[in-house]
Formats: sequence, C-alpha cells, structure tokens
Amino acid sequence: MKSLTNRKKVVSDKPMTFTEKLYLWAIAKGMMVTFKHMLRKRKTIKYPEEVRVFAPVYRGMHVLKRDEEGRENCTACGLCAVACPAEAITMVAGERQKGEEKLYREEKYAETYEINMLRCIFCGLCEEACPKEAVFLTDRIVPTEFERNDFIYGKDKLVEPLDHRIDITKRQHTGKRSKI
Amino acid sequence: MTLQILAIILGSLTIGSALMVVLSKHPIRSVIFLVITFFFISSLYILMNAEFLAIVNIIVYAGAIMVLFLFVLMLLNLNKQAEPQTSLFTKLTGVLTAGTLFSVLIAALKDSLVLGKTYTAGNSQIGLVESLGNLLFSKYVVPFEVSSILFIAAMVGAVLLAKREKQIID
Amino acid sequence: MDTGLLIEKSVLVVILFLVSLGIAAYSTYFERKLAAWIQDRVGPDRAGPFGILQPIADGTKMFLKEDFIPKNADKWLFIIGPGISMFTALITSAIIPWGTDLELFGRTISLQVTDFNIGILYLFAVLSISVYGIMIGGWASNNKYSLYGAIRASSQMISYELAMGISAITIILMSGSLSLSEIVEKQHGMNWNIFYQPVAFLVFFVCSLAETNRAPFDLPECENELIGGYHTEYSSMKLGLFLFAEYIAMFISSAIMAIMFFGGYNFPGMDAFSGNTLAILSVLAFFTKTFIMIFVFMWIRWTIPRFRFDQLMHLGWKVLIPIAIVNMLITGLVIALNQGWFN
Repeated sequence: MKSLTNRKKVVSDKPMTFTEKLYLWAIAKGMMVTFKHMLRKRKTIKYPEEVRVFAPVYRGMHVLKRDEEGRENCTACGLCAVACPAEAITMVAGERQKGEEKLYREEKYAETYEINMLRCIFCGLCEEACPKEAVFLTDRIVPTEFERNDFIYGKDKLVEPLDHRIDITKRQHTGKRSKI
Repeated sequence: MTLQILAIILGSLTIGSALMVVLSKHPIRSVIFLVITFFFISSLYILMNAEFLAIVNIIVYAGAIMVLFLFVLMLLNLNKQAEPQTSLFTKLTGVLTAGTLFSVLIAALKDSLVLGKTYTAGNSQIGLVESLGNLLFSKYVVPFEVSSILFIAAMVGAVLLAKREKQIID
Repeated sequence: MDTGLLIEKSVLVVILFLVSLGIAAYSTYFERKLAAWIQDRVGPDRAGPFGILQPIADGTKMFLKEDFIPKNADKWLFIIGPGISMFTALITSAIIPWGTDLELFGRTISLQVTDFNIGILYLFAVLSISVYGIMIGGWASNNKYSLYGAIRASSQMISYELAMGISAITIILMSGSLSLSEIVEKQHGMNWNIFYQPVAFLVFFVCSLAETNRAPFDLPECENELIGGYHTEYSSMKLGLFLFAEYIAMFISSAIMAIMFFGGYNFPGMDAFSGNTLAILSVLAFFTKTFIMIFVFMWIRWTIPRFRFDQLMHLGWKVLIPIAIVNMLITGLVIALNQGWFN
C-alpha cells in the first residue's frame, strides 16, 4: 500500500554488517541530531513574564453571567447539573422576592450554585446545556489551593462582578438563543 | 633526621593499622584497615625512594585485590547472629598454632642480617621504573618469564572453569 | 627546604583546589543548560542573569537540607564514604601540568604541583582506589539498592581499568616516559598523539566515561533500576559531595585526555611566544581543550541511552580489551621497526 506521508520505512531483520556492528556511525549520527537541536530556537515560554495566547474557545474556569442590566441569568433549572458527566455541579433554587428584580432576571434563581473544580473535567457540556446563556467556561485558569474545600467554588467566585464584566463574546454558544 | 622521625611515625602507624585488621570485630572494617595498612606501607616505600613499588602496591593490592575482597564480603550476609560459635577447644588450638608459627618465624629471622645491613643512598634512581625495567629484562628475565607462565596457567584454569560450568547448564 | 618553593606550591595547591571546585560547580550548571538546549528548552535562568548563580543556590540548598543517617546504617563508614570519593577526585590534579613555566618575582614557577616521574601510574592508582568511596558508602547504607549500586560500580571500574591501562601503554611507548610533563613536551606544537593513536584515544575515552560513572555507563546510579544507586540513602551535603566528586572526576579525566592525546598545553604556533605570555596562552589552550572534552562528555550523556549491565561487561571485556591489546602490539611493532630492531 502506498503511504500517504511518504515517511514509511520497511523494517527488516537481516543481520547487521560489520560497519553497522561497530555502531560508530550510528552514534555519530545521533550526536549530530542532538547537536542540531542545540542550535534550534527554544520552545520555552517563560510563564509569569510571557503568557501563551489562549484559543478563544479555551475551556477554563466557569463564570455565571449577568445580562446587560446586571441581573443574573441563571434560573436554577438544573440542566447543567444533569448534563455534567462528572457530577460536579450542585445548586439550590430559590424564588425571587419583591424588590429583587434588579438582581435576578427571572422569578426563579439559584440560591447556591457550586462547582467542584476537582471533579470538573472542563468538557463544556454545562455551557452547551444552558438554555439561558448563564454559565460559560472562560480562558481564566483555576488557581491551585492547599485544601480540598477551597476547590468547591460557590456563587461568590462564579458570578461575574458588576464592575468587572467578563468577555464571553468569542464563545461558541453565545447569541444562539433568542434573548428573552 | 626528619626522614627518621617520619619513618618512625609511619612505621608505628603501619603496625597500628595492621593490628586493627586483626582486632576489628567486623570483617568489612578489617578489610578497610588492611587497605589503610597498604597505604602506609606504600608511604614507607616512597621514603625509600621506591616510587614505582609504592604505586604498584596501591594499584595491585589496594586497588584490585582488596576491592575484590570487599566485593565478596559485601555479598555475604555477615551480622552478629550469623557468626559461627567457636568452642573453647578451637580457640585454644588457634592460639597454639599461631604461637608456634610466631616462634618459628622468630627463630628463622633472628639470625638474619637485616638489622645489620644499612641502606646505601648512593643510587637514588634505584627504585625508579627505568632501572627496574632494565633489571627485569636483563638480569632477572628468566624468573620474570616463569612468573608470566604461572599467570597464563592461572588464566587458562579460570577460562576452563568458566567453560565447564556452561556445559553443565546445557 | 626552600621556603619560596613551599609558598609557591602551597599557593598553587590552593588555586588548583578552588579552580577544581569552581569548574565542578559550573559544570553542573552547564550540564543542565546543555541538557536543556539539546531538548529545545532554556534551562536554569532564574538565579541571577542567565542563571549563573544557580550552582550557589544548589549548594545552599544542599547545605540547608536535613542530614539524615539511616538507623541501621554503619554510621562511621556512612560518613567517610562521600569523603573518600571527594578526596580521590581531588588528589589527581596534583600531577597535571597546567602550562609552561611562569616567571614571577624573579622566580621560575612550574605550573605543576609535582612532576612525579611515574605520573600515569599515580593516575591509575588514584583511579583504582576511587571506587572505595562508592563501595563503602553503598554498603554502609544498609540498603539493597545501594549495595547493588556499589557492586556494579566496583565491577565496572575494575573491568574498564584494564582496557584504559592498556590503551595508555601505547602512549607511554610512544613518549618513552611515565611522567605527564614529558608526555606533554613530546607533543610540542601540533604534534599531538591523537593523530598517531586514534584507536587508543577511542578506547581511553570510552573507558573514562565508564570510570567516571557518566552516562551511558552510569549503571551504579541508574535511577530506573536502582532508585538512586549507591547514593539512595544519602541526603544533604553528603549527597552533594558524591555528586560533586563525579563532576570533579569528569573535569580531571578531561584534563588527562587533553594531556595524553591533545597535546596538553601545546598549541600550534607556540614558538612565536615566550616567557609569561606563553605561560598564560598555554594555560588558556589547556583549559580550552579540557572544556571541549567536558562538553563532549555532556553531549554524549544527553545523546546515548544507558547500557544494560551485560552489554557493559561485554563491551569492556570482549571488545575494548582486545582492541586495546592489538593496538598496543601494533604500536610496539612499529616502534621496534623504526628503531631498527629487525635489521
């Protein structure tokens, strides 16, 4: 069969010739390979000073979005928790009281919303399942902690702050659903 | 004068470490003291201007033979529990044999003229490689070749032993 | 005894000691850099500009670590093991001729601590006892892996010493002397031994890789079989001494190879200079050669995978020793022919 890459090599087990048994040529060839690598461009990215460019669809830490008026989108429908293959999401639903219209967009909202970042596999299925465009994965990195408890992120860490909105316009799942 | 003091110090250190070889309870320590003894003996050779002998003593004895000794001792599981219990009778016979050997040695060496001979410092090149090589290949060529035949015989024996073992496995 | 001689030799010894330690320290840094470059990385670059303070940081770390002695270890031997390793690595530099004579304060100062007239034999004596540090340390740890490392080290060193000695005999035959300074003087200018004895050099080089326990012959500390080999149980500065001794041994054996095969401090066109200029240039030439050899040592380490132990023994006994013996016989024959023995 003709190979597509043209890099195919036929392997044979015929006995080595005397010059091959000396291994000197093979060693010299190997040394030349490593020497060429010494002169190549370094591939290291010096992390704290240089940050690697993330793909726009990078799946990092989650965010719970607010709409243009600053109201939380999430209605605690639980579809993300159902979709989650790692069982990382839990939530408790609550009813919106009078005077809270500025805080929550619809009558039902999530009183608590927790994602266990140790369980999460960052597959993005929650994002896909969400009918309200409330949960998104962002290009932020989950920081390391010393305690397991610190990896369970509540609403304090997940909901986007009003004064520091998080840009999700490049995500794949934005703007697909009609704005209610 | 300095040489004499050095010789006395090194000689007593040699005897001390040689005594430690016998007195150490642990065989590994005995071997290490034996190596140290070889070093002191080499230093005595250097004092006598026999540099070649000194270095060869270190290469052959300290560097090769004692390494093999150590090698074997390390593979044996030598701890206090495994030490064979020797009865009083064996101890007594040991003392008796060693004592007899000692007295025979004294009797043999007492009349020798080693003490009377003095070292003549006329030829300072006597212990160096060149004169040694010239002597080995002219005056002492027959003993030299005979000893090399002995070595070849030993090597052939070793090869034979190794070969025979293989046949048994087959 | 001449007081001036005593002072100049003491100064030389102290300088040599510091230079050996400094070069060993910076070899660790350079080795890490080189490994990184071969693997398309940058290597240590955080401590100081380009990471040049890395050896100091490493040394400080070694000193500050907990010094642990296992409960069942033979305490006395456990402590002297790394000391012997370091000692034997350092004492070889006494016989190395570092350059031509220097003239300072109206005195002619020889840049060699002692011109031992059987220098090569001294070298082999030190090599043959250098295994004691590893053996004693490995055995005293009371650990199976350490013992394996120690036993491998000793059998490997004994095996490769033979081929090394036989290949060195060819050089002795050619120069007619056991003294290193005379061997160097015989290679005046560009008349280096490597052009006459390439096979001996190859054998000698492979053997010095094995004698210094460098990859591809680093079976005594082979980490994927023996954890850490002979230094499994060691920590803190005792481990540091073991690792340091390896680098000093590498520096010294590079220097020995530069002397025996690459003309030591000789360089082409050296007759145009004289006096102190020549001395300084010769020291520079010597160190350049040594550093190139160290570079080749490291380059090989990061290129060639480790041998299996039976392959190591096969190479030592069945390949290198016959090659070295045949090479020695041919050299002897050619020298005898040249001197007209068969006429």
